[in-house]
Amino acid sequence: MTTKKARKRAPAPRKPVTEPRERSGAYADFMAQAYTMELEAVQRYTEFAEQMEVHNNPEVAQLFRKLATIEGLHAKQILEEMGWSQAPGPAHAQQWEGGEPPESAPMSEVHYRMTPWHALELALDNELRAEKFFAAIAKSSRTPAEVRKLAAEMADEEAEHVRLVREWMKRVPRPDPDWNRDPDPPFLGD
Amino acid sequence: MNAPAAASALSAQAFKSEVKPVWCPGCGDFSVLSAITKALSMLELRPENVAIVSGIGCSSRIPAYTSCYGFHGVHGRALPVATGLKVARPDLTVLATGGDGDGYSIGGNHFLHACRRNADITYVVMDNHVYGMTKGQPSPTTEPAWPSKLSPQGTGLREFHPLVIALAAGANFIARGFSGDPNGVARLIVQAIRHPGFSFVEVLSPCVTFRPDQRSWKEMARPAAVEATDDPARAARRLMTDDGFNIGVLYTGKRKPYAPTATGAAQQPSALEKGFEL
Ligand SMILES: Cc1ncc(C[n+]2csc(CCOP(=O)(O)OP(=O)(O)O)c2C)c(N)n1
Ligand code: SF4
Repeated sequence: MTTKKARKRAPAPRKPVTEPRERSGAYADFMAQAYTMELEAVQRYTEFAEQMEVHNNPEVAQLFRKLATIEGLHAKQILEEMGWSQAPGPAHAQQWEGGEPPESAPMSEVHYRMTPWHALELALDNELRAEKFFAAIAKSSRTPAEVRKLAAEMADEEAEHVRLVREWMKRVPRPDPDWNRDPDPPFLGD
Repeated sequence: MNAPAAASALSAQAFKSEVKPVWCPGCGDFSVLSAITKALSMLELRPENVAIVSGIGCSSRIPAYTSCYGFHGVHGRALPVATGLKVARPDLTVLATGGDGDGYSIGGNHFLHACRRNADITYVVMDNHVYGMTKGQPSPTTEPAWPSKLSPQGTGLREFHPLVIALAAGANFIARGFSGDPNGVARLIVQAIRHPGFSFVEVLSPCVTFRPDQRSWKEMARPAAVEATDDPARAARRLMTDDGFNIGVLYTGKRKPYAPTATGAAQQPSALEKGFEL
């Protein structure tokens, strides 16, 4: 499933908005931020996958790995598009409204008995936040024109990801109402 | 076009070990681990120049999850070990980590004296107001009315106020973070490590298993309305009226860190060992 789905959702190389020599520092900074966002999403999905593996929830672990692969392709695409041979500056140099990059689901939102549907629900929220993030940059009058155009394009891409995740969710069973009920709960015995 | 200058610093990932955490998914301690590794990367440190010392508890497992030197010690004894290590190896960046049970209950006395001694170490406490590892008993920071199987009506006991106590005992840097903002916690840890002397960072780190009610901390944690002060009297007034959810650096003291006065030769382990020869 991994490779087929990943290929299906792999982004088509974006046509550069400007020729390389016309690109400003603001353009590179924006792409560096977009790259960091994708990279942090890869790391967060990978961490979630590892947590699910430790807690014997292989189905959800596999799904998180798949999501990490997809975000990894987006990150790679940015490097290729910019002709960067190495990752731009350290991830922590970026500041994010609300503290975390928009495509990183909060670490508190996972559960050892979660289902694939829950994992996709998290992915959907991530994509929605990412779309909003790029759309806001595209609309801001403080954004240089070339960056605005690129941000609008990225917002469209994220909107497409939203659509794809919604489609994906239709193919996955909805969780039972008592999905988190553990027959042997970790509570202190009498 | 060149990428914006990539720092020579190691990535946060490089400070993580191959050992995968066994914490419950959703546990706040994952964010604290991420914050510590990010802070070490921001400071451009290297794993071999950092030591992380802990006691016992879910939170105290952190040293194993990093690639730094680590010591997973005895319950409540992280601070004396960390202090000794810093005195013997002042070149190392020393962190002590653990939980509220480890640090304020069995380790409470060491906490007081580590603040008082003011060695140049950073103490990160993941406070979830409960003993997570031993399945949910109340800790010193548990609210008096929190009901559990062991205390159905709550303990009825007033909570311990770690920040006030740290200030009174002489800690030189006091901050509070929230695991819901790992990048914010990372920045606090950076400041704590940079600040000379004993730096105390209390992180509200929910236990999703035994304290699912702590999910509401997300709505309660907020940036402190006022800047950090270096005046202990002002800090005391502020901390005494604090509701436990003000996030940020709250006190930055000016005490000189403890540094042993012995000569370099006397500090050598071989010289110390001589005193124990039979
Ligand atoms: C000397 C000693 N006494 C008691 C224990 C049992 N014990 C293990 S962890 C723990 C409390 C852990 O609580 P905390 O430090 O808050 O960490 P958390 O698990 O919540 O992260 C206790 C009482 C022990 N291991 N050693
Ligand atoms: S029991 Fe609580 S503190 Fe321990 S790992 Fe689980 S959530 Fe974290």
